[in-house]
Amino acid sequence: MREAPLLDVDAIDVFYGDFQALFGVSLTVERGQVVAVIGANGAGKSTLLRAIAGLMQPRRGGIHFNGAAIGNAPAFAVVKRGIALVPEGRRLFPSLSVEENLRIGGQSGRPGPWTLPRIYKLFPVLSERRHLPATALSGGQQQMAAIGRALMSNPDLLLCDEISLGLAPIIVRDIYAQLPAIVGDGMSLVIVEQDIAQALKAAAQVYCLQEGRIALQGAARDLTRDAISAAYFGV
Amino acid sequence: MTEWLNVILQGVLIGGLYAMFAAGLSLIFGVMRLVNIAHGDLIVLAAYVALMVTQTLGLDPLTSLLLVVPAMAIIGYALQRLLLNRTLGDDLLPPLLVTFGLSIIIQNGLLELFTADSRKLQAGAVETMTYQIGTGIWVGLLPFIQFAVAVAVIAALQMLFYRTALGRAFRATSDDQSVAQLMGLDTRHVFAMAMALSLAVVAIAGVFLAVRSNFDPAIGPARLIFGFEAVIIGGLGSMWGTLAGGVILGVSQAIGAQIDPGWQLLAGHIVFLVILAVRPQGLFPKVSG
Amino acid sequence: MSEQVRYRVEHATRSSRIGVGLIAIVLMVLALAPFWGDRQMLRLLAELLTFVALASLWNLLAGYAGLVSVGQQAFVGLGGYLLFAMVILAGVHPIAAIFIAGPIAAAVSIPVAALTFRLRGAYFAIGTWVVAEVFRLLASQVSVLGGGSGVSLPAAAVIAMAPTRQAREFEIYWLALALTVLVLAAIVTLLRSRHGLALTAIRDNEVAAQSNGIDVTRVKLIVYVLTAFGTAMIGALIFLMKLRISPDTAFSVNDWTAFVIFITVIGGIGRIEGPIIGTIIFFFMRQTLSDLGSLYLLIMGAVAIVVMLWAPKGLWGLIAERYGWQALPLQRHLVFDDTAPRSRDKRA
Repeated sequence: MREAPLLDVDAIDVFYGDFQALFGVSLTVERGQVVAVIGANGAGKSTLLRAIAGLMQPRRGGIHFNGAAIGNAPAFAVVKRGIALVPEGRRLFPSLSVEENLRIGGQSGRPGPWTLPRIYKLFPVLSERRHLPATALSGGQQQMAAIGRALMSNPDLLLCDEISLGLAPIIVRDIYAQLPAIVGDGMSLVIVEQDIAQALKAAAQVYCLQEGRIALQGAARDLTRDAISAAYFGV
Repeated sequence: MTEWLNVILQGVLIGGLYAMFAAGLSLIFGVMRLVNIAHGDLIVLAAYVALMVTQTLGLDPLTSLLLVVPAMAIIGYALQRLLLNRTLGDDLLPPLLVTFGLSIIIQNGLLELFTADSRKLQAGAVETMTYQIGTGIWVGLLPFIQFAVAVAVIAALQMLFYRTALGRAFRATSDDQSVAQLMGLDTRHVFAMAMALSLAVVAIAGVFLAVRSNFDPAIGPARLIFGFEAVIIGGLGSMWGTLAGGVILGVSQAIGAQIDPGWQLLAGHIVFLVILAVRPQGLFPKVSG
Repeated sequence: MSEQVRYRVEHATRSSRIGVGLIAIVLMVLALAPFWGDRQMLRLLAELLTFVALASLWNLLAGYAGLVSVGQQAFVGLGGYLLFAMVILAGVHPIAAIFIAGPIAAAVSIPVAALTFRLRGAYFAIGTWVVAEVFRLLASQVSVLGGGSGVSLPAAAVIAMAPTRQAREFEIYWLALALTVLVLAAIVTLLRSRHGLALTAIRDNEVAAQSNGIDVTRVKLIVYVLTAFGTAMIGALIFLMKLRISPDTAFSVNDWTAFVIFITVIGGIGRIEGPIIGTIIFFFMRQTLSDLGSLYLLIMGAVAIVVMLWAPKGLWGLIAERYGWQALPLQRHLVFDDTAPRSRDKRA
C-alpha cells in the first residue's frame, strides 16, 4: 500500500473577506520531496502557503499533515506540528538581534538536527553578525536569517515564499545552492517562485496557479515550456 | 536652601511611585499598542485587595505583596484573555471605550463594596522612621524603600524585556503579530502575559500608594494621568525613561506644592504640557534597534 | 453622445423623506412643550436636549474625525465659567454670554489642539483629559468666581432675563431647543459639505484619504475647533440652567464625557441618528435605574462594553443595516436617470 503523503491539501477555497483567492486548490507533498508552486502575481501562491501555515483558514476543503487535520488550526499550533514558513519579504523582527531572531524560531521547542551552531555553519556570515540588529543585515543575509529562523523549529515541511524576490541573481544562486544541505535530512520543501527556471531546477513536482486555480501540475522533467507558459499566462 | 533640597528629595522619591504607575502602562502599550484607561482604577483595586488581605489575614502591607501581586497578575491574565483580546485590531475605538467602561465598572464596584470612605494601609513603625542624610536633610524609610523598589521593578522589567524568552516574545509580537504566530507564539497568550505583568507592577504600585496616603474608589483616574504623563515625559517605549519621567513629575509637583498647595497638581501638568510642546518625543525616546 | 449615462447624486432616500417629515412633527411637538408639559417635564426635556447636542458633537469628533477625546468636559466647563465670568464680572446678559462663549472657546481650542494633536490615538484621549484637569485646577484658582467651592449666578442677572420664573423657564427651554437644533443643523450641513465627504473618507480609511490629497490634519483641526465652539455654548447653557457652577461639576469627566460616550456608543457611533437614540435610551435607563446608585453606573459601563464588542455600530447601526433606514439624508446615492438605460454602464 502506498504511504499517505506528508501534506495533503484537498480542494480548499480561501477568502479575504468577500474576495475569493483560491478555488478548490489541491496539492500533495511526499516525504523528502521538493515541490514548486509557480504563477503570476496575484495568482494565489502566497495565499496557498498562508493557508497551509495556518495564517488563514480555508472556508471549504481540508488540509491534512502527517495524517492530522490542520485546516482550522491556528498558525502557532501548525508550527508545533512541524510546518515552518519563510514569509515573503523575509519579515525578520527588527527589534531583535540576528541571534534572537534565530532563537525565537526555536521557540516551539521541536527537537531535531537544526540548532544554532548548525545554522551558523550553514550561513557563517550570520555568526559574524549575530549580535547586530536584524535590520543591519543586507537583503541576502536577511533571507538567510529568515530561512535559518524557520529551520530552527526543525520542521518536517518548510514553506519558502519568493525567497529570490529583490535579491541579486548571484545571491539567489548561493541560497539555492544550500537547498540540498537543507533537504538532506528528509525534510520536505514547498517553494513559491516567480523565477520559473529556478523553480524547475530545484523541484521534482510543479504546480502552476492561475487566478486562484491549479492550471497545471506534473513532474518537473515532464513539463514543456509551452505548457508552462500556457498555464502561467492563461493564453 | 536645605528646605528646597528636602522638597526636591521628596519629589524624587514620590517619582518612583509614578514611575511604577507608568511602567505598567508603557509595557502593554509597547507590546500591543493598548492604552488602558482603567489602569489607574486597577491600581486602586490593588490597594483594596491589599486592604482585604491585610485585614483578614493580619498581614503587614509589604508582606501582603506576596498575595496581592499574584492575585492581580491572574486578574490581568484573565482580563486580557476574556475581554481585551477581543478589542484589539486596526480600530482604535474598541480598546479605548472598553477600558473606559471597565474604569467605570471598577470605580462603582469598589464604591458599592467599600463605600466612598477614605482608607489607608497601616505599615507600623516603618512609616515614621526617618534618617538624616546631611545637615537638615531627612529621608523617610518608607519613601526610600518605595523608590528602591521602583528602581528594582524597572531594572527587572528591563532585564525581562531584553534577556529572557518571554521578553523576546513580547518584542517579536510587538514587531509583527502574524510572523510571531509563525514562530509558534500564541499572541493571545503573549498579550495576556503582558497584561499579567503590567498588573503585577500595578499591584506593587497600589500597595505603596495605599501605605503612603489615603485612598478611595474615585482616585484612579488621577493615577492614570500621572502614569501617562511620566510615560510621555520619559519618552514612549523606554523603561528607564518612565523612571526619569516619574521623577520629573514628582519633583515638579513637590516644587509646585511648596510654592502654593493649590499648585501641586497644576505644576505637574504644566511641566508635562511644556515638554509636550518643546520635545513631543519625550526626553529619552527609545532608540530603534 | 446619447451613449452617455446620465446620473445625478442624491442624498434622500424614501426612509429619509419620511424621516424628515417625522422630524418636523417632533420639532413642532417639542416647540410647543411649554404648553403641554409641566415644569418637571420641561426641565427633563431641556436636559435631554443638551445631552443630544453634546453627544452629537462628540460623535462628530470621535465618530467622524477619529479624534477620540475623553476631555470634552474642558469645553463644557470653559463655556460655563465663561458665562459666569461675563455675567458676574462684566454684567453681560446671560443669553448674550452663551453666544460669546462659543467663539472664545473656539479660540482657546486652537492652542489646545496644537499640543494634544502631537499625541496619537489613545494617548490623544488621555492628553485631552490632562487639559481638562488643567482647566479644572485653574478654575479653582480664580477666587472672584468662588475658587474651589464655586459660585452662584447673581439673582439680579437671573431676574433680568425674564420677570417671572415661568417666563424664564420657557425662555431657557426654547433656548435649549434652538441651540440643539442649531448644533444638529450645523453638523448636518458640515457633513453634507465638501469637508463632510473628506470626513467620511477619513473615517473609512485615514491613510487612503491622505493619499487622495485630503489634508487630514487640517480637516481634523477644523472639526476640533467647531466642536469646542458648540460644546462651550451648550456648556454655558447647562450652567445657566443650573444657576450654580463649581470646578468639580463644570469639569466632571463622568457627567460630560462618560455619559456622552455611553450615549453615542449605545445609539451608534459615526451616525448622525446615533446620539439621539442613545440619549433617549440613556434617559430611560437613568429614570428607571437611578435608585440603584452606583450599581446603575456599573450597569451602564457593562452595557457600553457589551455593545462595543458585540454591536459596535450601536442600536441605530443595527436598525439601519437591517432595514436600510436613514432618518436624515446624509448618504450620497448615485441615481441613474430613467431616460438612460442602465445596462449601458458596462461598455467595454
